[in-house]
Amino acid sequence: LLSPLSHAEGLVVSYTTPDGEPRINSMHSWILHVETESGVPVEGAKIEVDGGMPEHNHGLPTRPRVTQDLGGGDYKLDGVRFHMRGHWEIVVTVTTDSGVSKVTIPLEL
Amino acid sequence: VKTAVLKVFSAVFVVASLAVACLWWSPAPPAWTEEEIGVLRTLWLESLPELPPDPSNAVADNPAAAEFGKRLFFDMRLSANGAVSCATCHQAERGFTDGLQKAQGIGVASRHTPSISGTAYSPWQFWDGRRDSQWSQALVPLEEANEQGLSRRQVVAIVAGDEEYRTRYENLFGALPDLTTADAGPLNDAFANVGKAIAAFERTVMPTYSRFDEYVAAVVSGESDRQPALFNDDEVWGLRLFTGKANCTQCHNGPLLTNFEFHNTGVISFPGDIPDKARVTGVAEVLANEFNCRSPYSDDPSHDCAELDFVRTGPTLIGAFKTPSLRNLAAPFMHKGQLETLADVLRNYNDAPEAMIGHNEAKPLGLKARELRQLEAFLNTLPAPVAGLPANIQSK
Repeated sequence: LLSPLSHAEGLVVSYTTPDGEPRINSMHSWILHVETESGVPVEGAKIEVDGGMPEHNHGLPTRPRVTQDLGGGDYKLDGVRFHMRGHWEIVVTVTTDSGVSKVTIPLEL
Repeated sequence: VKTAVLKVFSAVFVVASLAVACLWWSPAPPAWTEEEIGVLRTLWLESLPELPPDPSNAVADNPAAAEFGKRLFFDMRLSANGAVSCATCHQAERGFTDGLQKAQGIGVASRHTPSISGTAYSPWQFWDGRRDSQWSQALVPLEEANEQGLSRRQVVAIVAGDEEYRTRYENLFGALPDLTTADAGPLNDAFANVGKAIAAFERTVMPTYSRFDEYVAAVVSGESDRQPALFNDDEVWGLRLFTGKANCTQCHNGPLLTNFEFHNTGVISFPGDIPDKARVTGVAEVLANEFNCRSPYSDDPSHDCAELDFVRTGPTLIGAFKTPSLRNLAAPFMHKGQLETLADVLRNYNDAPEAMIGHNEAKPLGLKARELRQLEAFLNTLPAPVAGLPANIQSK
């Protein structure tokens, strides 16, 4: 499953879910892919992930974390879980030598 | 003049009757769309996945352990006054709860007794999730002064002192420690094993088919002639509200009708109690607990503790309690049994009052009296007997 891309400040973050489409109430992993707008993979970045449901004013039920830099701009994100259907937003903060970017990935479950 | 007065009266009567009828009468509900049937399926007991293994408990699926655990569960000798067992509060005939506001063991406990039915599916135990396995949960009431009030040494001594228990224990776990010399390590091992046997029994306690499940089965298979006999119009409308504008499935989702997560729903504090901080303290406790997934008492050699590794902490969890399964619906309700009736519960969600501490995630629903009544009618189709009910248990 390949997500729609999300842009912010020159970076593009996409994600795939190797275990199939995210199901609610089930902890799973994502592979995040980070590249510049011109398509150059962003390697060795520090990636932080948070998010929630803006309509309900609450965050994610877990605190997902990048556990592995897979190279080529790919990062393994573990500990993702959603506990409700509806509109979610995942906020990916990418820190590199050249600065900090926040990318929001919308998600409908 | 009389005729005119009568006419006015009749007109008023007709208008009033129509108003009452509008308040109470609903049209026949429409047929379910494919998409809606998809949602109903997600709530259906048939959708319950296979029970995930509990690698932290090597005897979790061992029938001999479940048999031993069942005996321990009902044994009142496992209390300081010899009058309280796990089953004192988790009463099998009441769906493994007790009908009281706060649990009553040796004394009055701090919260309402949750059912144990289906809790093998939950990553977290207790209303505040302060334990991360059924076995580590089972150890808490044994030592809690107001519940069973024993020391862990006394618990192990009771097992060691009963020939049948000793044999059952040693067949499962090997020799019991010598209690005259055992220090904390071996003693804790044996104490944890008692919890693991109880958990093996508790893993068998599961919800069964409710009238709601019968109805979904009839909907899924397209047996429209069978549906009215299973659900009346009010119950169908109530189910539509449940999955729709009443927002219930935000948290009460999946086949157990819970997401096993923590939410602040602005429930008023128990009279005389300061507001309960709930998950924010529960999460700190489970992370520090000596019997948690990361502890040496877990049987999982990989010590893969994803729930603890990725657990959310922080102030957003103030006043947040674990969503209870609605399959065990029984009064009174909420974490301290503060709300006596389902109507009280629905009123709480409809009003969504400001939380006493933290932030109420729910928003006012604006449901009408008729809709609240329909929602309640639907909720009353959910309770069903619990599987794993013990036969021929003698309290010792």
